[in-house]
Amino acid sequence: MNIKILAFGIAKEICGDSTLRLEMPEGATAGDLQQLLIGQYPRLGGLTSFLLAVNEEFATTDTLISSGDEIAIIPPVSGG
Amino acid sequence: MTINDTMTIDIKISDTPLDIMACIDLVTMPACGGTDVFIGTVRDATKGKPVLRLEFETYESMALREMRNIAEQAFARWPVYAMAIHHRTGVLQAGDVAVVIAVSAAHRDAAFEACRYAIDTLKLTVPIWKKEVFEDGEVWVAAHP
Repeated sequence: MNIKILAFGIAKEICGDSTLRLEMPEGATAGDLQQLLIGQYPRLGGLTSFLLAVNEEFATTDTLISSGDEIAIIPPVSGG
Repeated sequence: MTINDTMTIDIKISDTPLDIMACIDLVTMPACGGTDVFIGTVRDATKGKPVLRLEFETYESMALREMRNIAEQAFARWPVYAMAIHHRTGVLQAGDVAVVIAVSAAHRDAAFEACRYAIDTLKLTVPIWKKEVFEDGEVWVAAHP
């Protein structure tokens, strides 16, 4: 399946774009996607933390991903 | 938005200056004996280095959801009546207001505690990012250990 990923903050700079597209097998999890992203963009692995959101909610490593989901890379937040 | 007769939540992300008095007015009501307000402003320096400006970026739809979650959690934990959480986005200069949280309650303890909870949790969970711009470079705050 082809998935669309939003990148914010430093993740947008590391990935070089605010929207990415990746091919993943059906049944893939957020943990699988994290590993794939770190493989493709090793600097993501150097961040203090790096979470994924699926449909505007923080994902855990076993959150299932579907092709229509809104997925976002959430680097360390620093609001306030 | 009013959840029921005694809970008012007002959440906003804005690319124009925040109105502190409007936040206070939003939470002021006859049953309240105290209003606690946190105002976060842009410091002019970090570790002694002058900051030229801050650039805020948000994942707006999720940030609004997370901010609302924070207010709902605060209502579940403390007897507060109303909460406004307003956050800026875009480019800010030293002294500009980045965030305003106003909380009202019948008594001050609940207002103080809920306000502290709201700003502390916002800094941990709300998808908003700031980049500090110095004369000799720029840094995404908290990005690296």
